[in-house]
Amino acid sequence: MGLLSKKDAALIKDPLADNNPITIQVLGICSALAITAELEASIVMSISVLFVLGVGNVVISLMRNIIPSKIRIIVQLIVVATLVIIVDLVLKAFAYELSKTLSVFVGLIITNCIIMGRFEAFALGNGPWRSFLDGIGNALGYAVILIIVGFFRELLGSGTLLGIPVLGDPIEKTGLYGFGYENNGFMLLSPMALIVVGIIIWVQRSRNKDLIED
Amino acid sequence: MEHLELFFKSIFIDNMVFATFLGMCSYLAVSKKVSTAVGLGAAVIFVLAITVPLNWLLDQYVLQPGALSWMGADYADYDLSFLSFIMFIATIATMVQLVEIVVEKFSPSLYNSLGIFLPLIAVNCAILGGSLFMQSREIATLGLATTYGIGSGIGWFLAILAIAAIREKIRYSNVPPALRGLGITFIITGLMAIGFMSFGGMLTGGDEDTAEEKTVEVQVTPTENTELANNTKIEE
Repeated sequence: MGLLSKKDAALIKDPLADNNPITIQVLGICSALAITAELEASIVMSISVLFVLGVGNVVISLMRNIIPSKIRIIVQLIVVATLVIIVDLVLKAFAYELSKTLSVFVGLIITNCIIMGRFEAFALGNGPWRSFLDGIGNALGYAVILIIVGFFRELLGSGTLLGIPVLGDPIEKTGLYGFGYENNGFMLLSPMALIVVGIIIWVQRSRNKDLIED
Repeated sequence: MEHLELFFKSIFIDNMVFATFLGMCSYLAVSKKVSTAVGLGAAVIFVLAITVPLNWLLDQYVLQPGALSWMGADYADYDLSFLSFIMFIATIATMVQLVEIVVEKFSPSLYNSLGIFLPLIAVNCAILGGSLFMQSREIATLGLATTYGIGSGIGWFLAILAIAAIREKIRYSNVPPALRGLGITFIITGLMAIGFMSFGGMLTGGDEDTAEEKTVEVQVTPTENTELANNTKIEE
């Protein structure tokens, strides 16, 4: 990492595993679960959050000395809301179908706790470059979980990835289906998202005993 | 009838937590004790009941395409709907602040129990989600919007109360170490959500069937509520 010092690199690496915003800090779960039935939606959601968190962290960090602390929540909300409106309009213009699938969950990025949490905990006390790295790191940590959940739910639920059938054709009985494999439609229902995240947490904490709660 | 239908639909079928995963952050963070869960739940009902109708008015008379026609023919083809996120969140943030001030002034005892939760609520996805779903489901009248707000609030309240009670009990169980705390809470919530999916059939029958089912539901709910209320008393 020639470009980044060790401390800066940690800002990006930590949230990916040991300080993951979803499984460890318990932030931003709302939107993480509802839209993960398809991998494509998960990826688009991750990119949206990456944009909002990266840019938002920089903006808040630049303004951190002129925001009166009493009204900082409102200022933060306005900054996020503006960025989210941009994301929403871009999605509507270039990926209309997808923006229908994501429906209100794009709007709910505003109240995604990861964003407010990082603004409060990091951007208000650090310079723009470090805040940017922190935003990118946390958004990537969020993306990792979203993509893992989306991958398993789409693969097991409908036998496709990004809409492309990978396990053969369920009607023609080719590929895996020839051996009597069936899609687990249950994976597409929303409760399974919770259980998949629960299992990810289980695996992660079994591998790293320091994370276990009392 | 319409009100009753929407009310039960927003509590059970479209339950904020179990069907749409809104307000999960505070749901997970504040559900360690039943007493705090009750406080936050009550605050959510309160704020949803105020902000959803308010945002309905805003949507109807300012934001929708053509909503500004009451200002004169010149304004009839304005479409401000792209502003709805920012307007809704601003309304919510100011209302929460206002409610906090009013409650502190007129009812210090209520403020003591709700007070610390109110600022938390401005960034609770359930509140903004309530307004956004109200907009996307095109709820028709102000009355229905109020019913929807209160109903979804009660649904959220029931969910957080139930998980808090379960989490208090689960302390005495032998959970695998790596699942303790967050992991098991996720899995329990998943199972509860599967349970809540069974309410989906509640409003799907023919007209007569629905009426019958609804009366049954009316009889069931109070007992459920008192049971939950009793539980809380015991827990406390």
